[in-house]
Amino acid sequence: MSATRPRYAEEAPFKIHGGCGLAGICDESGKPMSGEQIILAMAVQRDRGNGLGGGFAGYGIYPEFPDHFAFHLMYHDEQAREETEALLAEHCIVDLAEPMPTRPVKGISDAPLLYRYFLKPLPGELERLEMSEEDLVVRLVMTINATVDGAFVASSGKNMGVFKGVGFPEEIGHFYRLEEYEGHTWTGHNRFPTNTPGWWGGAHPFALLDWTIVHNGEISSYGINSRYLEQFGYKCTLGTDTEVAAYLFDLMLRRHGLPLELACKALAAPLWTEIDRMPEGERELMRSLRAVYGPAMLNGPFAIILGFNGGMVALNDRIKLRPLVAARAGSVVIVASEEAAIRAVASEPDAVWMPKAGEPTVARVAGMPWPIHGDLHLSPAEVSCAVLGTEDVCDEAVEVSA
Amino acid sequence: MQQVIEGYRQVAPAMRAEGDTVVLDANGVYYQQLNEAIRSAVSAGARNIRIENANGQRYIGAGLRARDLRIEVHGTAGNDLASFMDGPTVEVFGNAQDGVGNTMASGKVVVHGDAGDVLGYGMRGGRVYVRGDVGYRVGIHMKAYESLVPVVVCGGKARDFFGEYMAGGVLVLLGMNTQFPGDPIAGSFLGTGMHGGVIYVRGDVEPWQCGKEVGVAEASDADMAELRPILEDYCAALGLDLDEVLAQPFTRIVPVSHRPYGKLYAYL
Repeated sequence: MSATRPRYAEEAPFKIHGGCGLAGICDESGKPMSGEQIILAMAVQRDRGNGLGGGFAGYGIYPEFPDHFAFHLMYHDEQAREETEALLAEHCIVDLAEPMPTRPVKGISDAPLLYRYFLKPLPGELERLEMSEEDLVVRLVMTINATVDGAFVASSGKNMGVFKGVGFPEEIGHFYRLEEYEGHTWTGHNRFPTNTPGWWGGAHPFALLDWTIVHNGEISSYGINSRYLEQFGYKCTLGTDTEVAAYLFDLMLRRHGLPLELACKALAAPLWTEIDRMPEGERELMRSLRAVYGPAMLNGPFAIILGFNGGMVALNDRIKLRPLVAARAGSVVIVASEEAAIRAVASEPDAVWMPKAGEPTVARVAGMPWPIHGDLHLSPAEVSCAVLGTEDVCDEAVEVSA
Repeated sequence: MQQVIEGYRQVAPAMRAEGDTVVLDANGVYYQQLNEAIRSAVSAGARNIRIENANGQRYIGAGLRARDLRIEVHGTAGNDLASFMDGPTVEVFGNAQDGVGNTMASGKVVVHGDAGDVLGYGMRGGRVYVRGDVGYRVGIHMKAYESLVPVVVCGGKARDFFGEYMAGGVLVLLGMNTQFPGDPIAGSFLGTGMHGGVIYVRGDVEPWQCGKEVGVAEASDADMAELRPILEDYCAALGLDLDEVLAQPFTRIVPVSHRPYGKLYAYL
């Protein structure tokens, strides 16, 4: 690898301050819908962004490859592609590799080379490395993003994909021909870069495995969060605060097996005054959670949507510093920064409401395995054990002081 | 065939006259063209304007000054409805998004559905009436001067920071027409940093809900005499029953100091 090649983060020549827009649509019946719907929801929120980033995540879009990891790659040049493909071939069988289908769209320029790969670990590879296939994929993604100059993994989950770039979201959606895909869950994002550059890899959603995050806000705790994540092998390389949220969910939900509600409470921790008013059991749990997962707390304003195979979760920071509206229309759950986005998709929903700060709004696709632990009834000791990964001492109730 | 989907088209809205009312079809029209059409209709002498199929267009009524102007919005009104407005009446048959009445000077806004966050931000005159629930930071930094006293009445429930940093005016919360019957009438930090004006809440609030800068007491007869005409006007505007509104005692919340942070940055 040559040391003289440029870092793959092309800065926008100017910087404007503002907000972002997001939307998520999930048909809980599992019925697939075309990508047009999410484009429409994002298009009416055009003024929340400035053309420096748009993107989408779709779930259930690759039914012909349900058990393959779908890698969406962005390359600065052919050399980056060759190096990445060599890396993939070391550990995986690639059953299909092809350029991403796109069309020319006015307003979209300077697209990187876009490829996608449907792959599985080589036979015997997981045994050789003594790893789960998810851990292998995480390691591959981290290695590519951190060590291959000019290569960036946009998504790496099964039966899902991330489509993003520099442009307004509706332009990006047409560019990637989203109307040709059908999925049960879609999220979208309109970017107004504030603290970090507007570049193709820096557009939302941020993804790891099938977790994707779209985010409106600023994570001022990025430094603490990224140092914490590094202890668990995550490498924050994308120059954008939002990536820590994607990795934190992977850490807490997949690796630590925390229930969804607890993971959300770790990110959007209740205020201490609020905790003091809780009934005793919940109070102890929240104190322990804040003590154990203090470095996972997202400080600063945010509205995020977490997408995954099985549904989506929308969450606000604990004092609601960014907009979020939710609605239900039959089996379809819609969340967005503005009600207009909801009504662009469902003009007369059954209910429209503003979710409470720090409380997740959940959409769950029927019949799909739910990748997240169920109930919010863990004792503080169980939480500590989940964190320490030491089930054998669980009975002795690890003490965690608040 | 490339199918292009756009949220809004940058074209003038279709316009027609019904009696003395100018009707604008906002369906798919970008906010700039919609607001230009409203302003040119007003300059041409229109005093009744009806906007149909609104969906998220921002700044409707913003900065308009004609006192006898009436604007009806059918659909979802976008952010900053009636911001800086000085005189007209805007009535929304639907929900309003965030920032209703931002820095509004005078006039009236009536919302028949729910409204979002930061309603009445920095409002300095006029009235905003909402039938249903409102979001976070409603009435933040409302202010009053002599005869200019802004009034906001919310018929449903409110979230945290209701009346935060309030410096003047009257903020009323009824907790009646709500989607959240199980929730407290207001969230936390009610009146935090408040140093002027008055908040009336129908029913009780718990001490933990209130900021430390406010005092809480049951509204006296004199207070109710001040509040009653406001509620009469509110009920008339929304077709609600005044007796039902008055069937519960009100709580009055006022600041304990006019300069809560007077010494915050002083060297003492």
